[in-house]
Amino acid sequence: MIDVINLKKKFGDTEVLKGIDVTINKGDIVVVIGPSGSGKSTFLRCLNCMEDPTGGQIIFNGVDIADMRVDINVHRRHMGMVFQHFNLFNNKTVLQNIMLAPVYLRCQDLRKAKKKNFFLKISNVFRKKDARKEPVPINTTPAKIKEEAKAEALELLRKIGLEDKANVYPSTLSGGQKQRVAIVRSLAMKPDVILFDEPTSALDPEMVGEVLDLMKALAKEGMTMIIVTHEMGFAKEVATNVLFIDDGQILESAPPAEFFANPKNPRLKEFLSKVLV
Amino acid sequence: MGNFNLKVDKFINIFIEQNGYVKVVEGLKNTLLIAVIGLIIGIVIGTLIATVRVIPKYKVLPRILNGFCSFYVGLFRGTPMVVQLLVFYYVMLPIIGVKMTGVNVSILVFGLNSGAYISEIMRSGILSVDHGQMEAGRAVGLSFGTTMMKIVIPQAVKNILPTLGNEFIALIKETSVVSFVGAADLYVAFNYIGSNSYEFMVPYLVMAIIYIVIVLLISGGIKIMERSLRKSDRRH
Repeated sequence: MIDVINLKKKFGDTEVLKGIDVTINKGDIVVVIGPSGSGKSTFLRCLNCMEDPTGGQIIFNGVDIADMRVDINVHRRHMGMVFQHFNLFNNKTVLQNIMLAPVYLRCQDLRKAKKKNFFLKISNVFRKKDARKEPVPINTTPAKIKEEAKAEALELLRKIGLEDKANVYPSTLSGGQKQRVAIVRSLAMKPDVILFDEPTSALDPEMVGEVLDLMKALAKEGMTMIIVTHEMGFAKEVATNVLFIDDGQILESAPPAEFFANPKNPRLKEFLSKVLV
Repeated sequence: MGNFNLKVDKFINIFIEQNGYVKVVEGLKNTLLIAVIGLIIGIVIGTLIATVRVIPKYKVLPRILNGFCSFYVGLFRGTPMVVQLLVFYYVMLPIIGVKMTGVNVSILVFGLNSGAYISEIMRSGILSVDHGQMEAGRAVGLSFGTTMMKIVIPQAVKNILPTLGNEFIALIKETSVVSFVGAADLYVAFNYIGSNSYEFMVPYLVMAIIYIVIVLLISGGIKIMERSLRKSDRRH
């Protein structure tokens, strides 16, 4: 589903990513680990062009999204992202946080479809009878979109047990609750893949569990996930593939059993000996 | 104090019996009109300029727009309001051949001028909002403009509301210069009363009181607005 080919990123003169090649298939759960400053977060942020890559290609669903001419907003709808610091919209309630993007974007699509139909109607006047084009079927209204999105959002909140928090502002939630809402917010767009940028690093230790549990549940449902994390236990348990990034390169890529039991790269051996106690 | 009572009598005489109050009401209306509509124009212009100035500048168009906005801000902050009014009324209008009343010119110039100031206020407000908010908006597929409008600017406005209130108060007070282009504001009204009675003490005193009352009312209004906007910060 995602093919990363020779991905490079420079910040000024510092080369952070020095050519990364990796293929991620549907249903994969790829965990990315590495020391701090190794470029793993940058790699993840390049995947949805949060940072524009300076070289290489990212083929997502058949389109090279690293190309600056591509409308990245369209592709980001299919790529959820969860941040270290949650980044819930502070001026919106929990429910609005989840509903905002689906409602806005679906309404936008509706407006575009209506506009297209309108011009089609005009241009059809000048076409021969058998050459006339069919208008795009429109079977929804903004109110209906909103209603559906609200139902979906409430259903998602019910799933994480926070439906009673639907109408409060994020400032009243705990860190773990915020992160779960953030995950649900990206789920509301029904993405093909979700990118997690150290989702548990800013949490109190006792809240890490609830977030990891939700991620495990997602993994069970077959969601494709790419996760940058320091939770080795989680990587061992859930990942289908573990990547070790250091100095802007992938030094090792293996299924977790092999990755942790039998590391080949000396740099990874050293890293694991420090991390795994 | 017999002297002062006499002055008050003179003022009341002109204010009520010679229809001075009509002028005052007219002046008050113009003062508020210029300040309020000026502020609204200013907020619109300021928000647009501030948004342009925080757009990432990889491409050519944002750079050109940014250059233009810098020029605009420099121009309007670099000259006094009176000069702008005079230049607009006596230089620009004849050149482009449009006729406008003094009040309309004042509204326009006040809007353009406060736009320059508000753009910087708004920019500081936008910069005060955590960058993660923009990233989160972009990550779900919203465009830069949509995220700006729906997420960042509402939070920015909340942060800059006290400063924005300052700007509004400054505008109200600065309207006292619009008589330069023949717009009848509060000052003109009281000046009229004063010159008709050859007695300026009481009219100007009343004028000062009216200004203070307006400003106090506005400060109160801003406080109420701030409280309602802050509700998303409050913990239950």
